[in-house]
Amino acid sequence: MLFHFHGGIHPDEHKLESSERPSARAPLPSRLIVPLQQHIGAKTKAIVQAGDKVLKGQMLARADGMVSAAVHAPTSGTVLSVDLHAVPHPSGLPDLCVTIEPDGEERWIEHAPLDYRAMPRAELLAKLQGAGIVGLGGATFPTHVKLSINPAQTVETLVLNGAECEPWITTDDRLMRERAAEIVQGIEILRYLVNPAETLVGIEDNKPQAIAAMRQACTGTDIQIITVPTLYPTGGEKQLIKVLTGKEVPSGVRPLNVGVSCSNVATAYAIHRLVNHGEPMISRLITVTGSVRTPQNFEVLIGTPVEELVKFAGGALPGSNGFILGGPMMGLHVSNGQLPVVKATNCIIVESAQLFPPPPAAMPCIRCTRCVDVCPAELQPQELHWFAKSTNFGKAQEYNLFDCIECGACNYVCPSHIPLVQYFRFAKSEIWAREREKRAADAARERHEFRLLRIEREKQEKAEKLAQKEKAALAAKAAAAVAPATDSAPAAVQPAPAAAESAADGATQSRIQAAIDRAKEQAAASKEKDTDILTPQQLAEMAEIEARRADIREIAHADAKQQQEQQ
Amino acid sequence: MPSSPFITRSTSVSAIMFKVLLALVPGIALYVWFYGPAILVSLALASVTALATEAVMLKLRNRPIKPFLSDNSALLTAWLLALSIPPLAPWWLVVVGTMFAISIAKHLYGGLGSNPFNPAMIGYAVLIISFPLHMTHWLSPLGLGQAEIGFADQLRYIFSGALPPGLTLDAVTMATPLDTLKTQLHMNRPMQEITAMPIYGHLAGHGSEMVAVGFLLGSVYLFANRIITWHQPVAFLGTLFLTAEIFHMVDSGHYATPMFHWFSGAAMLGAFFILTDPITSPTTPKGKLIFAAGAGFLTYIIRVFGGFPDGVAFATLLMNICVPLIDAYTQPKVFGHKAGKK
Repeated sequence: MLFHFHGGIHPDEHKLESSERPSARAPLPSRLIVPLQQHIGAKTKAIVQAGDKVLKGQMLARADGMVSAAVHAPTSGTVLSVDLHAVPHPSGLPDLCVTIEPDGEERWIEHAPLDYRAMPRAELLAKLQGAGIVGLGGATFPTHVKLSINPAQTVETLVLNGAECEPWITTDDRLMRERAAEIVQGIEILRYLVNPAETLVGIEDNKPQAIAAMRQACTGTDIQIITVPTLYPTGGEKQLIKVLTGKEVPSGVRPLNVGVSCSNVATAYAIHRLVNHGEPMISRLITVTGSVRTPQNFEVLIGTPVEELVKFAGGALPGSNGFILGGPMMGLHVSNGQLPVVKATNCIIVESAQLFPPPPAAMPCIRCTRCVDVCPAELQPQELHWFAKSTNFGKAQEYNLFDCIECGACNYVCPSHIPLVQYFRFAKSEIWAREREKRAADAARERHEFRLLRIEREKQEKAEKLAQKEKAALAAKAAAAVAPATDSAPAAVQPAPAAAESAADGATQSRIQAAIDRAKEQAAASKEKDTDILTPQQLAEMAEIEARRADIREIAHADAKQQQEQQ
Repeated sequence: MPSSPFITRSTSVSAIMFKVLLALVPGIALYVWFYGPAILVSLALASVTALATEAVMLKLRNRPIKPFLSDNSALLTAWLLALSIPPLAPWWLVVVGTMFAISIAKHLYGGLGSNPFNPAMIGYAVLIISFPLHMTHWLSPLGLGQAEIGFADQLRYIFSGALPPGLTLDAVTMATPLDTLKTQLHMNRPMQEITAMPIYGHLAGHGSEMVAVGFLLGSVYLFANRIITWHQPVAFLGTLFLTAEIFHMVDSGHYATPMFHWFSGAAMLGAFFILTDPITSPTTPKGKLIFAAGAGFLTYIIRVFGGFPDGVAFATLLMNICVPLIDAYTQPKVFGHKAGKK
């Protein structure tokens, strides 16, 4: 029995353009630009330098922290640089990348299959992290984290996501048609890891051949292939779980809390490549479609520049203008063809004005609530839009802005053509920025208060010292007054104070000098901090700190939510 | 730089408003059939006035004129208002009402999407309070009046106030079925005798009941195009029916049947075209039900116990006031927040 999630839309599918050609292996590009951050979580630490020779599959950067995944060389060659390069990210900011010039030999590093059934789970999970396995459904969350189950949790259902609900994208479709048996082997490894009572593979009914191939590959196993209706965004994790199990994953928690573990079919395939072949995640299937000569799927090395990949598909047609990385509903528009494809890249759509005409000018909201009808998160987009527009962010949060998954369905149906998702992204980033500012202000206030306290304490200490000195001096005077007797004594005593004085002077001098040195040092240090030019290391460190803070924030947020719920 | 999503479904505000205008056509056609073409003059007058006022207001507010003038929302306001005004009303009545609706009720509140009150109903309210006498010039259905005047004479009357020699206004107009019922009941005539009068038809007023049927027919088109939902019509007509039924059951000699209330006055127009205006009604399903149910109840009360000939306009405006409150208190649960508080 299938369930429904609220809303959803059915845009033109545009799948046939690319889905009927077999996938091909993309040739080696002229160079590979491998970003060091290709997952959600903490950055990796580069372990190669410019000039290093690397082998195919060799680790370029190791995972740092729990929520992090390693990055590997997609081919053998020479490291040209470890430096900032433009990467596909909504911010448009460059990030650290390892640029490799392939030597064309494709020499593999030593690698071997894993005997996973003889391996403790924790060790297998560490292998996943070391091999850079991340979720290929789009969010690129490190897979080992997703599969780490504490002993108190049991997984009733393992869900494999083969919905592929976004228009134009056909990678999972092709993968399931061509490599169903390998996917099933990957699913078996997942089953070993989470030990589910049932395993469901959800595939939208617009992929009959993929469904047939998967059914065949699953005969004799406990894995069930479930055909789900084609409806965007069925491929959203929480939406697919709702459709297959009827369970509603509560806001702000992971599916594991309701006994469900969900992974993409492409991730299962990647796990199979690692476990049964020893290969880390260095390539993936990518749809190249839209305004190109021969739209089709390619097995592409991570780091291949977008432009070169488009050339492999016969090149862009005249009138093309830019690329969408991902699908037309949630993808990222880029105009720079030098950007590399990353683990998250499932599709490259070459844009043209015919395929993606600019939207008509926005009109005011007429509260028609077509957006409400299609919202899979059951939000009130029209209210959220008012709140975002009037920067009434408190109200936006009250109306659960952060449950928005930015699927774009509201935007798609809006008769006023209001860029609703843009408003929501704006509101979210503003709220994050304000929270950051508030934390910074709180920290500054604390520092200031502490400083005042310290100054006060020092003053007191000084006063006490002074009082003691005076006391001592008085006592000394008194003693001197008591013993003025012998004449020889003063002569012997007199030079002593002078010597002491000069000694004291010397000590003071050196202390002053030391203080000046320290101040100079501090000034130098702080000067460097203030400049805008930061070395990659510093950037990485800062990002790390940020990520750690983000984790803490998340935990705090979750705690607060729980408390709220308990109330 | 553009951001996702990169595709939209090609609907637009003007397409939606246009479909609502289309849905009014069956009602208007039946209006012409039973009362002659005078209503078309009011519709045309109101349309021209609305577009002109809209253009001036947009200019004054420094808004782009073309996209807003072509959104068809001013036309819709004009048509709804014209259909609420007696067709033989003098031309300036239509013009004043439409100008007020567009300039004050719509643009001074921020224009399209920002007006808290239904502009057409504001226009109607202003006219019935300011010019109650002129608002009673309802044409007799063809074949029922003491006398009938041709289209040329109707036009002359609308624009100059002059009737053909020997005719008085009372000869060509009559009170509406709702009004007649109220006055006759005040005169202690029994219900059965009243409804046997020639101005009454099968369900309600002769002629006017068929215009109501026309609006009901038009609503099929609105439903088919998913422009309105069932909430407001069902809640409004349901409450109106129930309230009328209770009173009718208690004293059928003094209170008309629910069917009479459904097919009299602006009930059908209100149910499908006025209360369903998205801008001035709540956005939540529960809110829509509360809003329209309130309007249904108030319509009955104002019709039966109030001083005005019909209650739909005032009931709508009264419920318009409550919309923000209704919305705030009827927010549905969001996905992932439904598990309940433990």
